[in-house]
Amino acid sequence: MIRAFANPHRFMALSRWLAPACLCIGALLMVWSVWQGLWVVPQDDYQGGDIMRAMFVHVPSAWLAMASYMGLAATSLIWFIWRHELADMAAKSIAPLGAAYTAMCLATGSIWGKPTWGTWWLWDDARMMSVLVMFFLFLGYMALRAAMETRQKAARAGAILAMVGAVNVPLIKFSVDIWSSIHQDASVLRLDGPAMPPVYLTPLLIGGLAHMIFFAGLTMMLMRAEVWGRRGDVLIARKLSGS
Amino acid sequence: MRSPSPLRAAFRQALGEAWAGGAGVLLPIGFFAGAAMLVPFTVGSEASQLSSIGTGILWVALALASLVSMERVFQADLEDGVLELWAQEETPLFLVAAAKIIAHWLVSGLPLVLLTPPIGIALQVDAGALVPAMLAYGLGGLAFFLWGGVAGALAASVARGGLLISLLALPLFVPTAIFGALATIEGPGGPSLLFLSATTLFALSIAPFAASAALRLAVD
Repeated sequence: MIRAFANPHRFMALSRWLAPACLCIGALLMVWSVWQGLWVVPQDDYQGGDIMRAMFVHVPSAWLAMASYMGLAATSLIWFIWRHELADMAAKSIAPLGAAYTAMCLATGSIWGKPTWGTWWLWDDARMMSVLVMFFLFLGYMALRAAMETRQKAARAGAILAMVGAVNVPLIKFSVDIWSSIHQDASVLRLDGPAMPPVYLTPLLIGGLAHMIFFAGLTMMLMRAEVWGRRGDVLIARKLSGS
Repeated sequence: MRSPSPLRAAFRQALGEAWAGGAGVLLPIGFFAGAAMLVPFTVGSEASQLSSIGTGILWVALALASLVSMERVFQADLEDGVLELWAQEETPLFLVAAAKIIAHWLVSGLPLVLLTPPIGIALQVDAGALVPAMLAYGLGGLAFFLWGGVAGALAASVARGGLLISLLALPLFVPTAIFGALATIEGPGGPSLLFLSATTLFALSIAPFAASAALRLAVD
């Protein structure tokens, strides 16, 4: 199956219509879920009133932050084993998107946390800390790729770092969980309160789906740009060699 | 004459670099002591406050000081071509990488551990707890050096890669820093020391392979 997807011509033919379709469908669903979240669903006093409406951006971005690191690790592994260039292009494209989603997750979390927890930032919360570490892993990945001289070296170095990071992520999660369970402040309002009623759950799940589809569309767009960039490089090289 | 095995050569060379130009071994020590010295000026000099954060400050200073001279560990070998020879030897490159990192830890990491009791006492930490804590600082420092070594190998071909190394390595320090700080608070009998050793063993089992993959990339 990987071999079928690894063909750049097939990818370009497929993504030509699939990428804009994903962006449109994702954007439409996103607008619907945000509209539901901001205007339609009733406010929930347990989660701090109107501020809980941040959930419809915050929770999908947290899901996408996790998923994008897994995607980065998986595409890096595929590139490292089979050297399919498309896998490397995918990894390169996922990194800035993942960094943006982790940043969005942290920003919306802070905005939600200020009125409900009374603070912008809570070092005790294990999930916040894990996402913050992941944000730095993404930044390091991008910085390393940018520092390498050639594309091939950037791909190899990036893949090694992404895989080292991926084996560390469970350990980081585990250690942060232990650490925060020692520090946990009892007065903090727990996010996982009562089971979520469907009136919230449906827009939330649709929102998560919307962000995933949108993310896939953005990744394909960036990969297409990368393919065009490499074709341009080949053309320039041909012209310079005078053939 | 037969050339020495790359393992011994790498080890001896890393030990020798400690006294080479630029004072390899003194640089991390100066940084470590200087960073710890700055703390009372910034958080206040009350003894009760300092004694409660002293062990943690030593961890932060150790983590940062472990990265000070990491940039040169593999870069120098790449520049003078030794790395290329090592990559062609029969001895697996991951063993050479491990020897290099451990030797670097012996000359730049172990002195910091020996320095933790006097600096800890200056930071008003209970003196009796500092000697058993040296085991934790030693184990944690080894993990810092191993992950730093991976970052150093990845950045070996990058000019002025020092800051890049910090950005790559610091997120990987998190588990060791957490269990290390808990272990120094709990003392030698607690479970955190075991967790700390586990993170060091984990680093020991992964970092040499990742570093050797990165070194092969730097050589190509």
